[in-house]
Amino acid sequence: MTDNRFFNRSELIGILVLAVFLVVVLPLTLDVFRLNLVAKYLTYAFVALGLVICWGYGGILSLGQGVFFGLGGYCMAMFLKLEASSVENTKIQSTPGIPDFMDWNQITALPFFWKPFNSLTFTIAAIILVPGIFAWIIGTAMFKRRVGGTYFAIITQAVAAILTILIVGQQGYTGGINGMTDLRTLKGWDIRPDHAKIVLYFFEVGCLFVCIMIAQFVRHSKLGRILVAMREKEDRVRFSGYSVANFKIFAFCIAAVFAAIGGAMFALNVGFMSPSFVGIVPSIEMVIYTAVGGRLSILGAIYGTLLVNFAKTSLSETFPELWLFGLGGLFIAVVLAFPNGLAGIWGDYVQPRIDRLIASRKSKPDGWTDSSVADGAPAE
Amino acid sequence: MLVGHQPKEFLLAVEALTVSFDGFKAVNDLSFYVDENEIRVIIGPNGAGKTTVLDLICGKTKATSGSIQFRGKELTRMRENEIVKTGVGRKFQNPSIYDDLTVFENLEISYPRGRSVFGALTFTRDAAVRDRVHEVAEMIFLKDRLHMNADLLSHGQKQWLEIGMLLIQDPDLLMLDEPVAGMSVSERAKTAELLNRIIKNRSVLVIEHDMKFVEDIAHKVTVLHQGQILSEGTMEKVKNDPKVVEVYLGH
Repeated sequence: MTDNRFFNRSELIGILVLAVFLVVVLPLTLDVFRLNLVAKYLTYAFVALGLVICWGYGGILSLGQGVFFGLGGYCMAMFLKLEASSVENTKIQSTPGIPDFMDWNQITALPFFWKPFNSLTFTIAAIILVPGIFAWIIGTAMFKRRVGGTYFAIITQAVAAILTILIVGQQGYTGGINGMTDLRTLKGWDIRPDHAKIVLYFFEVGCLFVCIMIAQFVRHSKLGRILVAMREKEDRVRFSGYSVANFKIFAFCIAAVFAAIGGAMFALNVGFMSPSFVGIVPSIEMVIYTAVGGRLSILGAIYGTLLVNFAKTSLSETFPELWLFGLGGLFIAVVLAFPNGLAGIWGDYVQPRIDRLIASRKSKPDGWTDSSVADGAPAE
Repeated sequence: MLVGHQPKEFLLAVEALTVSFDGFKAVNDLSFYVDENEIRVIIGPNGAGKTTVLDLICGKTKATSGSIQFRGKELTRMRENEIVKTGVGRKFQNPSIYDDLTVFENLEISYPRGRSVFGALTFTRDAAVRDRVHEVAEMIFLKDRLHMNADLLSHGQKQWLEIGMLLIQDPDLLMLDEPVAGMSVSERAKTAELLNRIIKNRSVLVIEHDMKFVEDIAHKVTVLHQGQILSEGTMEKVKNDPKVVEVYLGH
């Protein structure tokens, strides 16, 4: 049947619905400005997707996903910044050919670690490998020593804080608090006009679906089941012959790589990268998106991200001071009342009704009479 | 005498094993040996250190000093999962199974293949896995519950499932911590039957309080008291040992 190593039948329907929503409905109904906003929201969906694997399935709460989002984003931004800083574009600087913020900070030559970012191939490799290796180092240091739970969450927060301070402090190399702005072209192709934004949106949605497929594959593999087993009874997994640390490191690395791809997409779609997407607050926000969507649901995390961000945009336009309280309240409410988030509500309340509706339609051919019954209205 | 001494002839050789928790010696200078295909039962009053001995062998607790040799390999320096790979399986006192997974998935995870990260990613549920899971499920009386979530099983069924998880690992040394505790009379009888079947062709180390059960299965009995061996030998010999009667069997 349709069951395979990636999805079963109902998941396939869910993925197709999401695909239609992102590829057809949104581009047809939104203007370019709003579509670009969706593109920005979707960059966080990559992070949420990684958190579903790492936190939802593996039980490893990372409050520092902004670190990996930032590393991916900065890798991409460095490439774009170098391209935007051609000698011709920067001839008014005292040292032409280097990024403007370096010139402002009296740096006269391109630092050695910037040079490889002239190559797009290297940049793409770095987007995956730099966060991947960094996550591997953190994961190995923590999980091999059996540091977990709250302690791990706190350490990831500390890493997020440290990286932010580092980026802000090293202004000449990183652009400091302002980040890297004024990104213009990708291999000579201007990323700023409307049509480019539409192309980039579709490219991002494509990447998102590749990541969804990878997440689905992991979830349906035995590794996915081991992650669930580990979340419940870590010790037992050891005595079934598995190295728990290695599986945790894997889950953490895959979450880091997804977050980094999201960060790279952010630099492309939004056109800048700054430390305000690296620190503790954005990292926690990313966890909230996942919690709202449902930390056990791959698709739920994406809807959760979109919903919270739409709410953020519209509410923070009307009540800017209240938004953060609203976000915190939302998180508490979701955790207390709906621990499995939107996906849990869907699975517990909506899905059974739809199933009943379909079942009753199948049993009685005249569909219009029983639809009212399925809506929950008493028949008499 | 010394010339003929070959540590490898024992499957498991525990020598001068000591573990101390903040000065309290839960296991104190303990030595015992288990042969191939031997069924050894450890008995003793509460707090004698029985469970700690199993914890030390399977790596859950690290020894303060002493050695544990399994087939000539030193277990005290290995990690838990490496000890499992050398052929030691452990059942815990409280049923320790994966509640969120089905009975089938519980058994499948214990199947000894694809234990690395990459191996687990590429693991396929082929005929060999399916047949083995069905075979074991039949032995542990859970054949018709394969696709039920494990947390819906009764206490006795959970115990069986954990025994099944060990069975599918196919260890050379099977360690069982109170396998019939908390079971109903009929479950007890079924478990005894199950254990009698699975202890063939392997060595077994059992902790148990049920004396009738012990008499049924034990080749040799070790009585522990305050982390040390009080008596060791056949059930008959141990039962008539005045020291054992005094501290354990008497009351």
